[in-house]
Amino acid sequence: VHCHTADQYTLKTELYEMCWNLRDGLRDCLVAAAPYGGPIALLREPHRRSPSSRPQLEIYSASGNSLASFPWKSGPVVQLGWTVNDELLCIQEDGTVLIYDLFGSFKRHFSMGQEVVQSQVLEAKVFHSPYGTGVAIVTGSSRFTLATNIDDLKLRRLPEVPGLQGAPSCWAVLTQDRQTKVLLANGADLFILDNTSCTAVSPPGLSPQVSSIVHMSVSFSYKYLALFTDTGHLWTGSAHLQDKLSEVDTKIRNPPKQMVWCRRPKSQQPSVVLMWDRLLLVAGVCNDIIQFPVEEQCVCVGELDGVRVVSSSRQELLQEVPLVCQEIFKIASMAPGALLLEAHREYEKCSQKADEYLREIKEQSMLGEAVRQCVEAAGHEYDIQTQKTLLRAASFGKCFLTDFSPDSFVATCRELRVLNAVREAGVGLPLTHSQFKQMTVQVLIDRLVYRQFYPLAIEICRYLKTPDYQGVSRVLKHWASCKVQQKDLSDEAIARAVCLKVGDSAGVSYSHIAAKAYECGRTELAIKLLDYEARSGEQVPLLLKMKRSQLALSKAVESGDTDLVYTVVTYLKNEMNRGDFFMTLRNQPVALSLYRQFCKLQEQDTLKDLYNQDDDHQELANYYVTASYREKRLESRLSVLQSAVDEYNKAKNEFAAKATEDEMRLLRFQRKLDDEKGAGLLGLSLQATMEALLALGLHKQAEQLYRDFRVPDKRYWWLKLKSLAEKEEWEELEKFSKSKKSPIGYLPFVEVCMKRHNKHEAKKYVSKVPPEQKVKAHLAVGDLEGAADAAIERRSEAEMGRCLLVAPPPTGC
Amino acid sequence: MAHSARRDSPELPDFSVLKRLARDQLIYLLEQLPGKKDLFIEADLMSPLDRIANVSTLKQHEVDKLYKVEYKPVVSTSDQLCFLIRPRIQTVKWVCDVVNADKAAGKFKRYKIIFTPQKFYACETVLEEQGIFGDVSTDEWAFYLLPLDEDIINLELPEFFRDNFLEGDQRWVRTGGSALHLFHSIYGPFSKVYGIGRCSKMVYESWREQVKEGEQKARQAEVGTVFLIDRDVDFVTPLCSQVVYEGLVDDIFRIKCGCVEFGPDVTSSDKSIKVMLNSQDKVFNEIRNEHFSNVFGFLSQKARNLQTAYDKRRGMDIKQMKTFVSEELKGLKQEHRLLSLHIGASESMMKKKTKQDFQELLKTEHSLLEGFEIRECISFIEEHINRQVSYLKLCPLSLYFFTGLLPKDYRSLKAQYLQSYGVDHLLTFANLKQLGLLVEQQPGETLTVMESKMGKLVNDKTAGKLTDAFSSLAKKSNFRALSRRLSLVPKSDEEYDLRVPRDMAYIFSGAYIPLSCKLIEQVLERDGWTGLEEVTRLLNGHEFAVTADLRPQSDAQRIILVMFLGGCTFSEISALRFLGRERGYKFIVLTTAITNSARLIEAMLDNHV
Repeated sequence: VHCHTADQYTLKTELYEMCWNLRDGLRDCLVAAAPYGGPIALLREPHRRSPSSRPQLEIYSASGNSLASFPWKSGPVVQLGWTVNDELLCIQEDGTVLIYDLFGSFKRHFSMGQEVVQSQVLEAKVFHSPYGTGVAIVTGSSRFTLATNIDDLKLRRLPEVPGLQGAPSCWAVLTQDRQTKVLLANGADLFILDNTSCTAVSPPGLSPQVSSIVHMSVSFSYKYLALFTDTGHLWTGSAHLQDKLSEVDTKIRNPPKQMVWCRRPKSQQPSVVLMWDRLLLVAGVCNDIIQFPVEEQCVCVGELDGVRVVSSSRQELLQEVPLVCQEIFKIASMAPGALLLEAHREYEKCSQKADEYLREIKEQSMLGEAVRQCVEAAGHEYDIQTQKTLLRAASFGKCFLTDFSPDSFVATCRELRVLNAVREAGVGLPLTHSQFKQMTVQVLIDRLVYRQFYPLAIEICRYLKTPDYQGVSRVLKHWASCKVQQKDLSDEAIARAVCLKVGDSAGVSYSHIAAKAYECGRTELAIKLLDYEARSGEQVPLLLKMKRSQLALSKAVESGDTDLVYTVVTYLKNEMNRGDFFMTLRNQPVALSLYRQFCKLQEQDTLKDLYNQDDDHQELANYYVTASYREKRLESRLSVLQSAVDEYNKAKNEFAAKATEDEMRLLRFQRKLDDEKGAGLLGLSLQATMEALLALGLHKQAEQLYRDFRVPDKRYWWLKLKSLAEKEEWEELEKFSKSKKSPIGYLPFVEVCMKRHNKHEAKKYVSKVPPEQKVKAHLAVGDLEGAADAAIERRSEAEMGRCLLVAPPPTGC
Repeated sequence: MAHSARRDSPELPDFSVLKRLARDQLIYLLEQLPGKKDLFIEADLMSPLDRIANVSTLKQHEVDKLYKVEYKPVVSTSDQLCFLIRPRIQTVKWVCDVVNADKAAGKFKRYKIIFTPQKFYACETVLEEQGIFGDVSTDEWAFYLLPLDEDIINLELPEFFRDNFLEGDQRWVRTGGSALHLFHSIYGPFSKVYGIGRCSKMVYESWREQVKEGEQKARQAEVGTVFLIDRDVDFVTPLCSQVVYEGLVDDIFRIKCGCVEFGPDVTSSDKSIKVMLNSQDKVFNEIRNEHFSNVFGFLSQKARNLQTAYDKRRGMDIKQMKTFVSEELKGLKQEHRLLSLHIGASESMMKKKTKQDFQELLKTEHSLLEGFEIRECISFIEEHINRQVSYLKLCPLSLYFFTGLLPKDYRSLKAQYLQSYGVDHLLTFANLKQLGLLVEQQPGETLTVMESKMGKLVNDKTAGKLTDAFSSLAKKSNFRALSRRLSLVPKSDEEYDLRVPRDMAYIFSGAYIPLSCKLIEQVLERDGWTGLEEVTRLLNGHEFAVTADLRPQSDAQRIILVMFLGGCTFSEISALRFLGRERGYKFIVLTTAITNSARLIEAMLDNHV
C-alpha cells in the first residue's frame, strides 16, 4: 500500500476568525453545529433551572454572526440538533422536541412518546438520512425510540436490550439497507437494534482484552465505523462489521470527548479525528497518528469531506488533501499540472523557461491532463489567490490546445465565484467544492433564503442561469412570504413592495404569499395581495378561509370554473343563514343558476324558497304548475294549481292565470264526466277532451266545452269534421256542412273524405270550394283534368305547375 | 356532379387517432378495476361507445355483462360493478340507490364510477350526501371528441344547449374548453381564432388557460384557423325545415350518432335496418349535400348506370366474366344495396312530406323569412294548431318572427296552442321566452329612429295592413335588420336553379342563407370583424378575433375548425361544405351535438312525469 506520512495528506485550513464574542468559551455549553457549513447553536449551562437565571440559547452562523439569542424558558434540554432545512431541534428531558427556525422563532413541537415523560430522556441524537432528519433517544428505562423523519412523524419503540441498565456506554444511529438501526455497546458487548430484534454482534479482529467499548462513531456516509476501547485502542472497519480496516493504539486510556470520521468520498486514507481536552489526534489507517495541541475547548463537526473544528476564537477545516492537489503541490512534483503551473509562473516572469516546461508537458502529450488538473485543484482550494493562480495556469495551458472543451473550466470559474461569495464571513457558509456539488445549487439557494440573503440568492440564480421557477421565482416567493411578516410596515407599503419586486414572475403565486400574510393575522394585507393573483380560482380557498365569502363567490364566478363556484355555494349554504345565503346568491346570477339547477334535481322545496325570497312570482307560479303534476289526488292538484293562479296574478301575468284557471275548470269537468260516464278524460288537453267526447258521441258535452272555453269556431269545425269523417257519418257531415257557412272553407271537407277514400262524398264539396282553391280540390279527388281546367281558367302559371308536379313523374325508376 | 372539388382544397387531417386515444384511455380505466366486472352504461353513451370500442374489446378487459342504465334496481351477480355515465345528478343518485340497496342486503361489492367526459363537484356532493363517498372510486374518461365523419366531430352533449342557454348553467364551458384543448394539442397550434357569443368567449378563455397551464410543444399545425359560434347567435337556421338530403333524413328519421334506422316502409321488407351515414357510403356521399328535389333524378341516373354496369356481363367471355365477378360485382352489389335503401328513404320522405303539406310549410317558412304575406302565414299557423298537425315545430318559428305581434295575436295563438296541446306548455312558453326565442312586445314601447326607418322601408314595399306588425318586428329579434345587412334572403324575383347552386341559400331552396354560415364566410373573407360592427351590435356583441404570431402555413390556414356551442344542423354543415368548395377551404365541424328544429324545441319542454 502506497503510504504517505500523515501531515502530507492532512491539511488544516483556517476558515474563519470567529466573529462571536464568547466570554466563557465553549465551556459548559450544549453545542450543535450543522454540517455543510451550517449554523451553530449554543445553550449555556443547560442544567440551570432557577427561574431567575435561565440558560441562554444562542444561534450563530458558521462564521459566528449572531442570528438569535434568547433565554430558554422551557424544560431542561438534553440535546440540540439541526434539521436538513436549517431548523433547530431542542430535545427536552421529558421527550418534547421543540423546533425553532434560524432566527429563533418557535415553529412547532412534537413528543417522542407519552412514556418518556415518566422515564425521561437520558441521551438523544439527531441524524440525517435519505428520509430526512431523524431523532433517536434512549430513556431512563433503557429503551430506544426512533423517529426517522420528523416531518412525517412515526415513532418506533425498539426492542429491549438484554442486560442493559441505564444508558449504554456508547451508541450510534446507522442507516443500512434502507433501514434505520441503533448500534450500541454495553461494556464489551455490541448490539444492533432494529425494528423487531436486538442482535449481538462482534467486530472482526477486535482485541480480546477489551472490557468496554467507550466511544463509537459512524462515518458521514454510514459506511464506516470507529470504536474506541477502554484499552486506548481505536478499531476501524466497515459499518456492516464484516471487515476491519485497522486497529491503532492511541496510548490514551480515557475516552475522547469527541470522535469524528475524516475522509473524503473515494478516499484511500480514511482517518478518524479524536478530541480530548487539550489534544486533537488524527488517526489514519496506516497506523500513523498526528497530534495537534489544542489551546481552547473545541467542537468537531463531521462533514462529507473533512472535519470542521470550531473553537471560541477560530474555525478550521481538517481535510485529507485531494490527490490532485497533492500531485501539484508536492515538492519537486513532475505531475503535468505541477509543470504547467511552473510554466505559467515562468511565463509571467517573461522567462523562456516557460517554453521548456510547456515543451516537456507536450512531449508527453499531457497538456490536456495538465489543464484538467489545474482546474480541478482550483476547485478544491480555499485560498482565493491560489485559485486564481491555478485557473490562470489552466487558461494559459488551454491556449495551446485546439480541441479542449472549455466547459469544465467555465463551470469551475462560475462555481468558485459563488463559493467565494458564500464563504464570506458576512454570509458564513464555509462550503467546499465537493460539498457544494453534493448539496446542489437549489439547496444552496434555499439555505441562503433561510438566512434571508435574498439579493445574493437572486444574484447567484441569475449568474448560474438557473431556470426561474427553480431560482429567482423561488427566492422571490420566500422573500415575499417573509416580507409580509414585517410588522413595522403598513399593509399598503408591503403590498406595493411585493408587487413591485415580484411583478408577474412565473411560478410565484400571490395566493401563497397572501396565505402567509393571513397566517400572520394580516387579513387586509392578504386581500390586497390576492388582488394581484391572476388566476382567480387560486384566490378562492384563502378568501373562504378568511371568511370573505362574498368576495370568494365573485372570484369563483370570475374564474369560470363552475366546480369552484359550486364549492363556494356549498360552503356558504352551511355557513350562512338561509336569508343571507339567498341574498348573496341573488347578486351572482351564475351561482344562482347553478344552485337552482341543483335544487331542481335535489331540493325542490329550496327552489320554492328561493323564488319566494326574490318575489319572483312568475317562476314561483311555474314551479307550482310543475309541482301540480306530481300530485296524485285531484283535490291537491287543484289546490297547487290555485297557488299557481295566485302567483300568476301577482306577477300580473293575466294570460297565464286565466289559462291555469281554465285548466282547473277543465280538470273538474273531466273528473265529473269520468265519474258519470267512465270517459277516461282526466289530464287530456281541451282539444283531446273534445275529440274524445265526440268520439264517444257525447256531442252535447263537447258543445258545452266549445261554449264554456270559447273555443274558436275554426277549431270546433275541424274537430267535428274529423270526428264525423272518422266515424263515416256522411249524412251527418253533409248536414253539418250546411248548418252555417263553414269558417274553415270547404276544401277540408274534400280532404277528410278523401282520407277515408270516399271520392263520392268528396266530390260533393268540390263545387263549394272557392275559385282560388279549386285546383287543389280537384287534385285532391284525383281529377287532374278538372284541376287543369280550373288552372287555365284562373290563368295561373303556378297552379299549372302544381298540376304538373302531381302528374306521374316522366322518368320511372 | 354539379360541383367538382377545387384542386387546391387542402387535405383533412386524420381523426381516427381521436378514437384510438379514447379507446386506450377507457381500457386503462377498466383495468384499474382488475378482475371480472359488470359494466353499466348510460343510455345515450351506448352509441358513442359503439364507435369507440365494440363488445369484444370490452370483454377482453374482463367486462362480464353489459347493462344499460335504466334507473331500476340492478340484477347483477358480479361483485364488481362499473358505471360509465355522464356527470348527471340523476344518474349518480341512481348509483347511490344501487350501492345502498346492496349495503342493506349485506352484500359487499366494489364500485367504480367512470364519469365522461369529466366529473363535477356536484356529483361528488351527492355521493357524499348519500353516504357512499368512501364506497365508490371515481374516475374521469376524457372522451371529448367523437369523430362522426371525416369532417364532423361531435361532443355528444345535447344538454349543453339547454343548460347553457336556458338555465344559465355554465358548467359545460370548461368541457368545451377542454375539448378544444384536446383538439389543439393534436392538430394545432392555431394561428387564428375568431368567435362570437358569450359562451364562445368563455370557452375560448377556458381553452387559453389550459394551454397556459400545460406544456407546449412546437408542432406543424394541421388546422390553423378556428371559429367559435354560440347557437343563440342564430336560432333561425335550426328552426327551418331542412331540404338538403342529409338534413331531411335527420328531420324525418332522426340520425343518431351518425347512424339511422330505416323502418319497414323504407326497406320494403318487414325488418328495420340500421345504416351508418357517412362518407364511406358512396351513394350517400354524393347526395348528402344535394337539395332534395335533385336527389330523385340523381338516384335514377345512378340506377341506370348501375344497370349498364350489370349489363356489361352480357357478351363477356369466361375470362372477362371472372374478372368482373372478382373485381366489380361486389362493389356493384354493395352500391345496389345502398342505392335501393336511399331510393326507399326518398320515397318514404316524399310520401310523408306531401301528406303534411310540406310545400305549404316551406312556403310559409319562406314568407316568414322574407317578411311577406304575414296574415296568410298566421292563418296557416292557426290552422295547423287547430288541426294539431305539426307538433310544436311551426309555432315557435313563427312566433319568433312575430316578436312584434300585437299582444292580441300573440295571445290568441298561445291560447289556441294550449287548448290543443295542454296547459303544461305554459312552461314551454316561459322557457322559450327565457331563451329569447319568443319575445313579448310590451304595448307602448317606442321605436328607435333606425327601426322606424326600417319599418318604413318595409312599408314601401308591402301592403299597408302589415304595417303595425312589421314596424315593431324589428324591435327585438333584429333578424330583419341582420337579414338586410348580410343579404341573407336573395331577391325572390330571380329564378334559382337548385341544380347549380350559386350560394349557400341552396340549402333552403334558394330562399335563405343561414346566418351562422354567412357570418363565418364574412369573417374569413375580411380576416376579422372589421366592417361588421353593425352586425355584431345587432347580435349583442361578444365577438373576438385573435391572431397568434406564428408563421402562417397556407394549407393549415385553409383548414378551418368551426365549433358550434349548442349544436348545429346538417344543413349548416352542407352549407359550409359548399362554401369550402367555392373558396378552397376545408371546414371541420366540432359541435356539442347535432340538432334540428325538433330537438331544439324538445329541449325546451319540461319533463314532469
